[in-house]
Amino acid sequence: MTIMECAGCTLIAYGVPFSMFVFTIAHHPFRVIISMTSAFFWLLSLLLSSFLWFAVVPLRTQLAFAVPFAVIFQEIFRFLFYRLIKKAEFALQRVQMQELTDKGMVFDRFAVAYASGYGFGLISGTFAIVNVLSDMTGPGTLGIFGHSQDFFIATAFLTLCVILLNTFWGVIFFTSLDKGGIHRFIGPGTVVLTHMLFSCITLVNRTLTPMYTISLIVGYAILLGMIIYTVVLRGFNLNNIRQRIN
Amino acid sequence: MHRLIDDNQDSPDEMTELLKSQDNDTIIDGPETSTDGENISSNAAATASSHSRVEAIDPQDHETTHRHRRNEQPDEQRPLNIEHEEIFKYGASHVVKLFVPVSLCMLIVIITIKTTSSYTPGGATWAYTPFTEDKSTNTQRILFSLANTFIFMGFVITATVILILLYKFKCYKIIHGWLILTTLMLLFFFLYSYFSSISASLNRPIDMITICFITWNIGAVGMFCIHWKGPLPIQQAYLIFMSALLALVFYKFLPDWTGWLILGVISIWDLIAVLCPKGPLRILVETAHERGEQIFPALIYSSTMVYMVTAVDPPPREPQFAPDNVDTNMAVNVDETLNEEQRNQRAAIRNNNARRQLIPRSDVPQTATRREPARYVVERSNSPVIDDDDDDEKGVKLGLGDFIFYSILLAKASALGDWNVTIACYVSLLIGLCLTLLLLAIIRKALPALPISITFGLVLYFSTVYIIGPFSAELNLGQVFI
Repeated sequence: MTIMECAGCTLIAYGVPFSMFVFTIAHHPFRVIISMTSAFFWLLSLLLSSFLWFAVVPLRTQLAFAVPFAVIFQEIFRFLFYRLIKKAEFALQRVQMQELTDKGMVFDRFAVAYASGYGFGLISGTFAIVNVLSDMTGPGTLGIFGHSQDFFIATAFLTLCVILLNTFWGVIFFTSLDKGGIHRFIGPGTVVLTHMLFSCITLVNRTLTPMYTISLIVGYAILLGMIIYTVVLRGFNLNNIRQRIN
Repeated sequence: MHRLIDDNQDSPDEMTELLKSQDNDTIIDGPETSTDGENISSNAAATASSHSRVEAIDPQDHETTHRHRRNEQPDEQRPLNIEHEEIFKYGASHVVKLFVPVSLCMLIVIITIKTTSSYTPGGATWAYTPFTEDKSTNTQRILFSLANTFIFMGFVITATVILILLYKFKCYKIIHGWLILTTLMLLFFFLYSYFSSISASLNRPIDMITICFITWNIGAVGMFCIHWKGPLPIQQAYLIFMSALLALVFYKFLPDWTGWLILGVISIWDLIAVLCPKGPLRILVETAHERGEQIFPALIYSSTMVYMVTAVDPPPREPQFAPDNVDTNMAVNVDETLNEEQRNQRAAIRNNNARRQLIPRSDVPQTATRREPARYVVERSNSPVIDDDDDDEKGVKLGLGDFIFYSILLAKASALGDWNVTIACYVSLLIGLCLTLLLLAIIRKALPALPISITFGLVLYFSTVYIIGPFSAELNLGQVFI
């Protein structure tokens, strides 16, 4: 039974990202590398955040101190990754053009932004859930001592939310910075603010019988907002969509 | 199309190497998907292949001679963007072609460790690390671990030196025989013990007849695939599996702290041996360079095989460019092989991927259309001329020793049971590999593959265990998502 639960939660958390990987990233070695590198950058940001948390010994149980800094560090490293990509952009474009023209496909920086956001999200979600998943297969389950019984499933859904959110945040971040002008501030600003909002809302989960509905609803609402923002940023508007549908 | 064929024929010059595949087929086949790639060994610079690859498909460059000359020019004279182009153009698919087998090897090791209990450390000690680590104080433990490490490194260095001496005095048969013996032992003995421990852990008895039948078949096919000819995927599977077996053996027998110290010291040794002017591997490279030969059969994982080598016969004008190209290729290839040699020494048990043998030149089949100098022939001789349109992908190569040590690191990382550590080490190892390949393409000299990855892996292991781990555990407990 525990294995069922573990399998279920794994599929909830990783089903959509895995499909994304198989269909959009797996056959493009370049995107694979970008995802890996951005995952590494996320790890570095986590390392910094952990150093901070570790160093301030008395506040170790007060996660409310460490979380905003973790968010800030993540966004700083996202920006650093953007700068790295910019530096290599000239050469990268040559690579992509060649590889993809060979396949008859054309794409632009969107793929890099997408792959980078995906890498960030995947490693972020993995660190959040993988230990929980491995504990899930053990004997017993949660909810006996008055803790919420929805721990596992809420974690799985929140992980899915995090992975997708990070993907869209990556796209928004990179696309806005590329666009320039006022978007250079709106885009990253939106990303940082919504990230901070999401993470701080999940702090509510720390109570004994948390209301997962709050963080879940807020998380998915933010996700919806990010999707719409991304679509708008990429140039779609209602007319385009109507034309495509009809 | 004719021009393309010319290009193809040119490229073998630059690309004839130990296990290099040809550009030819890729070009002849038209636009390639991400399967095209060159042979980039972990130690070999991608230069030669990049050059030829770029030139081969570059429509603006119509001067093949010009291209060859450009090949030989030092890097500084070429515009930076062309270098970048070469670095990145073929880098991505190559790197991913190395990601997959390395990941598979690690996966096999981790699955075996998690499911069976017989491959956990603690148990008999082996001769290479004679001191145990059950000491009362930490200082004593460190001291004995250091002693173990130095004894182990002593074995490695001795074996490397012996190998170099054998090579210098042209005792090719001894080397070849040695490699065959080690493959034999690995394929039969270790496989048998692997199956025994699997059946013991899963609590399913298997009768001797079945085990012998299976082991014999797998072993015999393995010997064929590795030392002679066989389908490429099967050979790759054997190499990955052999590396995983070796890594498991190492993981089982290396005591805890000794293992970490060995990983660190071997990266340093790798750095010294390949980069220092008096380093043994460098001497080996130069000797092979002087003789204009392959070094000798090495343990190299290759994603494309020798089959494609003779798809197109080189045009007569090639020989004039041959020496330089051969040299470049040699240097490139030889270095790569060297590293592998060194790896083999360390393992002290060889598994084998000896596609290219040191055969006397007379054994080389001479086709009517072949006009290559003898050097090429030696390099390519063993490969049968099979279908031109098959196996036309370019490939990448990585030494099996790298597989083994990466897997050892990951096995030790997974020993704690904390999956965060495992994943962090996995990502850092792959990024290290990526960086190494990038550095190779930039510096275009022989570079060791271990140091960067192992450094990243070690740093991230210790920081994840002691610093990130508790933070992450606290976050998971409260379901706080950062």
